[in-house]
Amino acid sequence: MPEPTGVIHDIGYQRYTGPRLGRRAVFGALYLHGLRTAFGLGRSAKAKIFPWLVLGIVTLVAAAATAVRSQIGEVVMTYAQFADNMSWLVIFFVAVVAPELVSRDLRSGVLPLYFSRPLPRSDYPLAKLLALATALWLLLGGPQLLMFLGAAFTGGEGMGGVWDELLDLLPGLLYAGLWAVVFASVGLLVASLTGKRAFAAGGIVAVFLMTTPIVGVLSIMPSRAVNELAFLASPSTLVGGVGGWALGDLLGPQAPVPIGGFGPVYAVAAVLLVAGCVALLLLRYRKVAAR
Amino acid sequence: MTLIATESLTKTYGGGVTALADLTVAVEPGIIGLVGANGAGKSTLIKILLGLLAPTSGRVRVLGLDPTADSARVRARVGYMPEHDALPPDLSAAELVTHLGQISGLPRTVARERASEALRHVGLYEERYRPVGGYSTGMKQRVKLAQALVHDPDLLLLDEPTNGLDPAGRDAMLALVHRIGTEFGISVLVCSHLLGEVERICDTLVAIDGGRLLRADHISAMTSATDVLAVEVSEGTEELAARLAALDLPVRRDGRLLLVELADDATYDLILGAVAELDLPLHRLDQRRHRVAELFATREPSHA
Repeated sequence: MPEPTGVIHDIGYQRYTGPRLGRRAVFGALYLHGLRTAFGLGRSAKAKIFPWLVLGIVTLVAAAATAVRSQIGEVVMTYAQFADNMSWLVIFFVAVVAPELVSRDLRSGVLPLYFSRPLPRSDYPLAKLLALATALWLLLGGPQLLMFLGAAFTGGEGMGGVWDELLDLLPGLLYAGLWAVVFASVGLLVASLTGKRAFAAGGIVAVFLMTTPIVGVLSIMPSRAVNELAFLASPSTLVGGVGGWALGDLLGPQAPVPIGGFGPVYAVAAVLLVAGCVALLLLRYRKVAAR
Repeated sequence: MTLIATESLTKTYGGGVTALADLTVAVEPGIIGLVGANGAGKSTLIKILLGLLAPTSGRVRVLGLDPTADSARVRARVGYMPEHDALPPDLSAAELVTHLGQISGLPRTVARERASEALRHVGLYEERYRPVGGYSTGMKQRVKLAQALVHDPDLLLLDEPTNGLDPAGRDAMLALVHRIGTEFGISVLVCSHLLGEVERICDTLVAIDGGRLLRADHISAMTSATDVLAVEVSEGTEELAARLAALDLPVRRDGRLLLVELADDATYDLILGAVAELDLPLHRLDQRRHRVAELFATREPSHA
């Protein structure tokens, strides 16, 4: 490594008298930085591989579904179903990106550089959370838009057809938003607990996948109420439950998770889960900032 | 204007560890050296000055503001260089310093300009586009200094800026800090456990130990104490000491040396005269400045 020889050319130091932006702009800068980080932009080529691989796969799936529909006329999956079908990829995307967003900063010790600046300590985790949720929403929403464009302009049913498709697309995008918010808050909370990216990724996968057996066990218990509430135990089935209740047959003729009449319970549980994760995340950074 | 003022500042961590005890000190703008052994409370003081920690009791003002109540305004005007590694390895120095400039409230284009300016001032040029992970320790320290400088603060808080540097690197870093304090017009608080380093560049020295103030003073007040002459003779040290004492010269023994306070040039003549009269082999006669270290050393009980 060549050591700089310490030769400093004296061109003089300029004081800065221009504007200094407020909290909103600083939050925006941190959010944009996080969103770019999520997709590996401004990073090494290695950091781009995984996000773009996942993005490529979901786009390919959407393109294939669109192609099948326009050729055969059979709807392979609805917009809302798309998010459900991609859940595995979403989990792996979170497992890679959430540690990239927060664990890396914990490990490199860069946080004191943030918290010694006029950045309220809650803004750091909130900006990262928003960035991750946006990235997930783009991941699920982007391909849906592709499917919409394909369906709307190859259907040949004129403006009425486009309008019908749009009415199908919007709930799908909302549902993708629910996926994004729930998975981002759980994933980011887990990732913020450790500076080791591998541990964080493993922890995230564990939280999302290890809870599935619990659902399995509960759903074969000899009680109908327990069976119908079983899907609360895992984030993915929880989201599916809320979707089935709110979107009805947009998720297919049969609800993906049979929750009976407990729909509102699922909705409340989802809200509580997100609120709880955000509260813990803020608490976590209250502690980290003082270190 | 007082740069930093504390009044009975006390910080006790949960568990009863006292990091700062009743610290009252006020310093004027300039380059301030904060010296103390590891664990003396330097880093705690810096965190309180940044508003990252709230004091247990007592008051503190930075740039005339209260960092506990007004932390955002204080932090907007202060730059902080932490002691430990603080750089994500896969970002380039230019990107990192630009990003942190934005977090300090600079508009994006301004942040980019000022980042390359700051990196240039600390002596990083083309290498600023390479990932920080490949930098040497010296370069990393420079990047840490540049990020503290990017938003044009009025006060820099540098926690052990020479940590991990080789002697040449230390000299370069100290020269840079001195230049920031004098030419850039930015006040600097330099923390160090090495008194010999900071005394070379500081206007003011604050020494703390065990969370208590040992001494805070202008450096000239500390070094302007009377100079001494060191006299060494190969034999007859006792006789010479007696003779000098008889001449009303205050003499102290320091091993094989005799230390005589230098009143004026006549002191030289008196000493030389005494040596000549006793016909002693004079080994050396030289003038010594009081080192600041001695001022602190004499306060330690082990030297009493």
